[in-house]
Amino acid sequence: MTFRDAGLVSNVIAALEKAVERGTSYRLMHVCGSHEHTISRWGLRSLLPEGLEVIAGPGCPVCVCPPHEVGEAIELVQRGAILATFGDMVNLPTNFGSLAEAKAAGGDVRVVYSPLDALTLAARNPGREVVFFAVGFETTAAPVATVLCSTGLPDNFSVLVSHRRTPPAMELLLGIGDVCVDGFVAPGHVSTVTGAEVWRRFPDAYAMPVVVAGFEPEDVLLALLLLVQQINQGEPKLENEYARVVPQPGNVPALSAIDTAFEVTSAWWRGIGRIPRSGLAVRPELGNRDARQRFDVHFEPEQHDLPPGCSCHLVMLGKIQPPACSLYGRKCTPSSPNGPCMVSQEGTCFIWYTYESEASAATAQGGAA
Amino acid sequence: MCLAVPGRIVEVRTVADIPMGTVDFDGIRKEVCLAYLPEAAVGDYTIVHVGFAISLVDEASAMETLAMFRELGVLDGELEGAAPAEPGSAAPAVDP
Ligand code: SF4
Repeated sequence: MTFRDAGLVSNVIAALEKAVERGTSYRLMHVCGSHEHTISRWGLRSLLPEGLEVIAGPGCPVCVCPPHEVGEAIELVQRGAILATFGDMVNLPTNFGSLAEAKAAGGDVRVVYSPLDALTLAARNPGREVVFFAVGFETTAAPVATVLCSTGLPDNFSVLVSHRRTPPAMELLLGIGDVCVDGFVAPGHVSTVTGAEVWRRFPDAYAMPVVVAGFEPEDVLLALLLLVQQINQGEPKLENEYARVVPQPGNVPALSAIDTAFEVTSAWWRGIGRIPRSGLAVRPELGNRDARQRFDVHFEPEQHDLPPGCSCHLVMLGKIQPPACSLYGRKCTPSSPNGPCMVSQEGTCFIWYTYESEASAATAQGGAA
Repeated sequence: MCLAVPGRIVEVRTVADIPMGTVDFDGIRKEVCLAYLPEAAVGDYTIVHVGFAISLVDEASAMETLAMFRELGVLDGELEGAAPAEPGSAAPAVDP
């Protein structure tokens, strides 16, 4: 395993070692499963100087999709619709069961890669209702919005929307007393849609440093260095490490599609609860494209929405790391997941387990050789 | 679903006024909507998320990311269910 630019990486690590001051807290949070992949895969945590911590926040839209919304999807399957959704959603365990179980019971659940595939399904099955169960942050909300705004949509196509907006969840975190965060690594791909400016509120209103970062190990380490420097200088600001990809104002056609198709609403985050302005709902003008209106399905959220023993709520808020959950690696693994953070490929438990077992397999192999 | 996969645009066309294209992901070709990047041209590298090109990237970082996905064995899984490129296949009429 070699870095693309091992020199740059070791330079940044050296700079971090110099910059980190004794007695200062540097608890930096990212909110993106792809960032956790980079950090875990390259073992970046083990390279960081003492006193600097990088923690995973709520960066997995599948993990925060609440059981009652999966329940709505299952209800639509049971009523005979073709339900199209992303692969990660199918095995999500809820007290309503899972979509995989609904499929095993004879329901028509299809895994698709894109909302465009769901549209093709609708065109090919004119006699059936086709519902796209739309889960994801802004990078997924935009494509779904673009599809909803398209002309000539098949009559039998609608969407069950479970989109979430990232910034309000981060604001909520700042209001939780025992979650200590000194700076945010903002997600690069979400920012290509929203623009870097969407994070300006954090330094301005909360004195919270933010750096938008890409997904190479160098990107993440550079972002950490910029954050450490901001903290040292006591000058929280918004910086964009990923400017080669992320435009400051965002993607105009994508943002206007979101605005045309959706309105901002409060939404329930699994394990966390209701967060104001954190969700998107299909605009009433598009009423019959909204599966909830079209089929009159409205399930209510439940307070206890995690499987027994699961600590995903603590993992998603960055309060604990996965191995602190007593089920981790024992009663909860990717092949037999107990909680949502182990089901989704963007879930922190899944990512930790995957790379930890890879690393120990490599060590075992090395030892045998 | 969350991985944004980079690929090279090998064909660009307009279907019902909508920019669509064929993108090559390390040998796997897919239909991609280019509505967010009207300036995209053949030969450009782009990051694709759920069938939509969301930004352009330089070739070097695209190759690096692809190599990582290949090594991780997640490329096929991520593109699971994606419609294979069929020239002239039904593309949505997108009204950006
Ligand atoms: S290890 Fe499993 S049960 Fe524990 S927090 Fe993670 S997903 Fe939940």
